[in-house]
Amino acid sequence: MSFFEQMKKKAVEGSSKKEQDDVQKAENIVEEVNTTLFAPETSNVETNVEVARDVSNESDSNATEFESTQSTATETFSSVIDTSEGKHFSVGIDLGTTHCVLSYADITAGDDEFTQHVMGISQSTSPSVVEEKLQLPSFLYQAHDVELPENSTALPWNAKPEFIVGEIARNLGGKTPIRLVYSAKSWLCHAGVDCKSPILPAESPDEVQRVSPFQATKAYLEHMRDAWLYLHPNAPLSQQDLVITVPASFDPAARELTVEAARSVGLSQAILLEEPQAALYSWIEKTQGEWRKQAQCGDVILVIDVGGGTTDLSLIAVTEKDGVLDLTRVAVGDHILLGGDNMDLALAYTVKAKIEKDGKRLEPWQVQALTHGCREAKEKIFSSDVDSVPLVVPSRGSSLIDGVLRSELTRDEVNNALIEGFLPRVAVHERPISRPRVGLQAKGLPYAQDAGITRHLAAFLAKQQNAADEFDAINLPENATFLHPTAVLFNGGVFKAQELCDRLMDVLNSWLIAENSPEARLLAGADLDLAVARGAAYYGFVRKGKGVRIKGGTAAAYYVGIENAMPAVPGMPPEIQALCIAPFGMEEGSQIELPNDEFGLIVGEQVRFRFFASTTRREDIIGTRLDYWQDDELSELNEIEVTLDQENRRSGEVVSVHLGSAVTEVGTLELRAFSNKDDGRWKIEFDVRN
Amino acid sequence: MDITKYTIDLALKPTTFDAWHVCFAGTAAILAGALILTLFALAMSLTRPKGKKTDESEVKIVEKIVQAEPIVKIVEKIVEVPVERIVEVEKIVERLVQTPAPAPVILKEASADAALQLLYLLQNDARFIDFIKEDMSSHSDEDVGMVARVIHEGCNKVLNDHFSFSHICKENEGDRITLLEGFDAAKVRVTGNIVGKPPFTGTIIHKGWQITDVRLPSTVQGYNASVIAPAEVEL
Repeated sequence: MSFFEQMKKKAVEGSSKKEQDDVQKAENIVEEVNTTLFAPETSNVETNVEVARDVSNESDSNATEFESTQSTATETFSSVIDTSEGKHFSVGIDLGTTHCVLSYADITAGDDEFTQHVMGISQSTSPSVVEEKLQLPSFLYQAHDVELPENSTALPWNAKPEFIVGEIARNLGGKTPIRLVYSAKSWLCHAGVDCKSPILPAESPDEVQRVSPFQATKAYLEHMRDAWLYLHPNAPLSQQDLVITVPASFDPAARELTVEAARSVGLSQAILLEEPQAALYSWIEKTQGEWRKQAQCGDVILVIDVGGGTTDLSLIAVTEKDGVLDLTRVAVGDHILLGGDNMDLALAYTVKAKIEKDGKRLEPWQVQALTHGCREAKEKIFSSDVDSVPLVVPSRGSSLIDGVLRSELTRDEVNNALIEGFLPRVAVHERPISRPRVGLQAKGLPYAQDAGITRHLAAFLAKQQNAADEFDAINLPENATFLHPTAVLFNGGVFKAQELCDRLMDVLNSWLIAENSPEARLLAGADLDLAVARGAAYYGFVRKGKGVRIKGGTAAAYYVGIENAMPAVPGMPPEIQALCIAPFGMEEGSQIELPNDEFGLIVGEQVRFRFFASTTRREDIIGTRLDYWQDDELSELNEIEVTLDQENRRSGEVVSVHLGSAVTEVGTLELRAFSNKDDGRWKIEFDVRN
Repeated sequence: MDITKYTIDLALKPTTFDAWHVCFAGTAAILAGALILTLFALAMSLTRPKGKKTDESEVKIVEKIVQAEPIVKIVEKIVEVPVERIVEVEKIVERLVQTPAPAPVILKEASADAALQLLYLLQNDARFIDFIKEDMSSHSDEDVGMVARVIHEGCNKVLNDHFSFSHICKENEGDRITLLEGFDAAKVRVTGNIVGKPPFTGTIIHKGWQITDVRLPSTVQGYNASVIAPAEVEL
């Protein structure tokens, strides 16, 4: 070998040495998590990283739209494995009823700059195929042993995941609904159901192995935790600032379950944030400081968040203190199981009725295909000026045309079914219709009976008329019958349809004008699909003192039911009093005790209390006893229970205790019993059993 | 003056070595040695075939022996040598030309897996194969058109989900543009009256398409890509 050749070789070696090391390092990492499954690809790290992305699986993108989504995708999408060490992130997880989204921002530097990304979540999309998508569908599929080829559900980090979740679960479940777990989140907030017992899928043969809503929630979190680790091998999610969003209407037990699920997958640092608040945070972040010009002192912002399965309402008051704008969440709505999916279903049933008029019967799979077709047709009608979109359901066999089902969806039908059906023009005094449930009700979710979102909204605003009374800056006209919002922020993919936004604003403004108030304005610039996760990540940043924080505390006052001391009346249940143990608006990190009300609890015996919440009684302080209340003032939640352990005590001994409550930094409510004699204290559990 | 005194006896040889002579002798020896070494090295490097130094820095060795055959199309045989440490990707093409032959054309064999995967996506999301394979002669235009909408929509979604497209010409079709000298003939195909030298001026007939990004899903090892649509049996 000549001298020149030698020199050349050395130079080549020298220059590629660093690259080799990097490649080697990355390879090791891939191998660690990979268990040789992706063997041919592992030699080239890029192959593994380079997976497809999907901006939104509902977006029907034509060429021009596509370009615009692409530019945003490059901005927010990051799927490159980041092996750097010592980084710290603020991560927000939108744990949705139908989709989960994870957003994050690098806050290592600790400066005021905030650049965030939405993580592409690697997931199986069909057997043996792994793709990266911005959303993880919140579905879990309990496959039969022989249903799928071996190893076909493998993920880059796990050869045999315990549960099949995400896109593949939704796809498989579409054809085999008896094995599909969906809407687990709605069950968490369903009184009268034990969320830790295996009850899902609710209607399936005994043979199908069931999971609890809690387990399903855990599975989604676990998947996102691992997907994160795959992309950030040196920055596990358990070491980042983590915010998980929950509906504002989640009761204390459901919040506790969410935190517990996070804790059980090692994410014990997670804190909670209400979804409408997250949407507002995202809007604040997006306006880049401009929000102070769009919102002013005395504003009441109404956040309307219509997700896939739920509608969540919140009111946020804008006040001024020492020249700085303050935001306070003053009210949240009830848990309404009514969302975008209902809209697509409504359209499908409209078309189904039309087809069946001719005597044809539709099979379930055809209805499902119609629902899918209607969703796309709806978007087309809303985004262009065509008046009718043909709907075609090809046959399932390899011959498409034989047995094809054909119909069309017209603008009138969409207007009727969606705008008139979900957003009817109603007077502000109208209320949601609730019919008595008939006969045997199958064990299922308590879906809203009235699809009229405007009626739910009217009820909410009227119920919360006094929500902002404490602020001098907010004044209602004298004859007002409801709280007048001055600004509206929409959230949820449903509001991509301009017609729906317009109608909702129309209805709201008609109520305001009728009571001589100015029209409410629409807060522009909201990111409808990803706002909740983005806002959650931003909240992690705000908590470091980097931006305006929405105050609020608990969105309800909580009461325990106590039997009245009175002579028994045969045939009448003893009357009960409601004793306030946690007032409205308790801030995170605060705790209070109720020393004057003593209870005798028997050691070793389980004691149960009835438990109530009120979203309207703001003036009750701890210790307030209510003898009577209006039906709509207090709503009963699952019972709470406490068992005094026998430690140092005789079984059967009566211990005198008083109650207390605390709101944790995480955002959950904790109830405790304190001994009056010594320093014994016991946690009062939210009953998850039935 | 005795001239004889100045006669030089050429037959005379020095009987003793002085320093100058030592230097001369040494230089002559070194030069001879260097000459021999250079010739030796030259001979070695000529006998050794080029590129045979296959260190561990090579991943693929593509061997190809072109025989004196009249066929121009040559299908390469790609031999992948598994190497313990994969360091860099470098292709070394070895060619031994035994007899004068037409300049060898190296054709790259397309990867079947990626093609099958695309067919899978088109079939799975858009029923593309079903549509193309269906006998169209027995159906009315109306029926075909109706189904074509579904297929079109689905295919468009598949394409947009997995590829990024851009036009090569930013101008509109029908516009006149000028192609400067050295334009990329792979990107722009000139047709018609091709005479003279660039710059050429002509009308854009087609704006061209270019894929700027490919995002195909990853697959698990053992995935049978040839199954582009499993048979479906409802129980």
